[in-house]
Amino acid sequence: MILTENITKQFGSVLAVDSLSLDVREGEVFGFLGPNGAGKTTTVRMLTSLIGPTSGTATVNGLVLGKQDTEIRRTVGVLTETPGMYDNLPAEYNLRIFAELYEVKDVRGQVEKYLRMLGLWERRFDSAGTFSKGMKQKLAIARALLHEPRILFLDEPTAGLDPEAAHLVREFIAELKKEGRTIFLCTHNLDEADRLCDRVAVFKTHLLVLDTPSNLRASIFGRKVVFHLAAVDEAMLAAVRALSFVREVKIVENKLLVTLEDPETYNPEVIRTLVKAGAEIQFVGELRHSLEEVYLQLVRSA
Amino acid sequence: MKKIGTIIRKEWAEVFKNRMVIFTVAFLPLLMTALPLVIIYSTRGSASADSLNSQISSEMITAMCPSGLSGAECFQVFMISEFMMLFLIVPVAIPVTIAAYSIVGEKTTRSLEPLLATPITTVELLVGKCLAAVIPAVLATYAAFGIFALGSWLIVANKMLLTALLDARWLIAIFIVGPLLAIMAVAFSLMVSSRVNDPRVAEQISMVIIVPVLAGFFGQVAGLFVVNRQVITVTAMIMLALDVLLVFLTTRVFQRESILTRWK
Repeated sequence: MILTENITKQFGSVLAVDSLSLDVREGEVFGFLGPNGAGKTTTVRMLTSLIGPTSGTATVNGLVLGKQDTEIRRTVGVLTETPGMYDNLPAEYNLRIFAELYEVKDVRGQVEKYLRMLGLWERRFDSAGTFSKGMKQKLAIARALLHEPRILFLDEPTAGLDPEAAHLVREFIAELKKEGRTIFLCTHNLDEADRLCDRVAVFKTHLLVLDTPSNLRASIFGRKVVFHLAAVDEAMLAAVRALSFVREVKIVENKLLVTLEDPETYNPEVIRTLVKAGAEIQFVGELRHSLEEVYLQLVRSA
Repeated sequence: MKKIGTIIRKEWAEVFKNRMVIFTVAFLPLLMTALPLVIIYSTRGSASADSLNSQISSEMITAMCPSGLSGAECFQVFMISEFMMLFLIVPVAIPVTIAAYSIVGEKTTRSLEPLLATPITTVELLVGKCLAAVIPAVLATYAAFGIFALGSWLIVANKMLLTALLDARWLIAIFIVGPLLAIMAVAFSLMVSSRVNDPRVAEQISMVIIVPVLAGFFGQVAGLFVVNRQVITVTAMIMLALDVLLVFLTTRVFQRESILTRWK
């Protein structure tokens, strides 16, 4: 759906995006993570043909960036970093303007559909300026969806929202994913990315990594299995360490922390070894690193 | 065309929610209409007009006074002609208020980026914004002129004087130069609005466009030139060329990329 090849953006002497190559697949939620000033918004602006790349090529929904810009803007939906509503105008009129600009056929129907879907129908005649931040964000999401785009660019959709509003927005994004839309999600909220994204790209002017959240965890930290034992001793530790597939083993209180490549395959062997060494296994679980840990590891080392 | 209509309606919905803008649009034309009407009313057949007449260059007055009118009536024609340039401030001042805020206002409220993310072209956007400012200004000018013509008809007894007051110069000035001036003011204001980051700065700089009209008024009052039919026709042609140039420059100055990326 989105294919970029070495797109680069330079503002004078400042290199904002350096040779970015991406392939965002149809129907996936693609997380685009990076620190402030990493070039995420610049990338979104390029892919929505708001600004042109300095070099490189890209296609969005099969349309060539720089050659079919108006068509690209017609087929994608964008939630910008700030909602940017017309505060003096009613919510319903705000959406009507954009429905007309997006050449929506049933303007009234689409406006009503999304105002109802996002719980704003009762407030439709109120000025957007009287809305809370969360309501404005929902209105901006409705605006991005009026023309039923197959690709959605969401730039920090939950930034500054209270937990309840953020939860609602996340649920809505999950619903959009179920509808088969492709979502390009820029976010600082790594927990959100972890929950919503099929794949994530960590970006800091250039692409650092691109993979599924679970593969990133495994590649950065390896997979760790925790064996809760009634009692642990050095003999058990030595027995597990002797296993060829075990990368690392540590004792933490009465737990054995084992790092290995493929727990699904090798866990039974570890359990057999521990039982043979006299261990009483109470519980086995995987130690899951958060995406935040993965992200920090990547960005700090970049 | 549909998108241009959407932009115009959106601009009006926003602009006319502000009562001060409505006041600006209504007050200036009313003032510029009332002044010449008061002059016509207060100088009809008065002796003072005849005495003033002798103090003003007879060349200037005869240049614009048809034969058959009395000295006082010629003086009325002369005085009203002096006001013509002042009258042309209306189509310049009104749209400046609207157009100067047009782009920079969207920058400050951050609504420009979602707007530019739609499939609207730069020309459609600028034409929409331009017409949203030009149309009220032209309508206000026409309405003011209509009131002035009606008022003159009610006040002036001599129909020859009325014909002289509302001659081709006025008609060219109001119906051709007026809209051209409005377009010039709007194109200039949109250019300024695209470049600056503060609505107040945009309005202040845009107001500079009134200076040539004021210069024309004061030049005429000072007797530097007489606004006859030739002068107003040449002015209309110059305005047309200037408008084409300014509209072209406005589309060149409005760079989506720099507006989005330089704005913080």
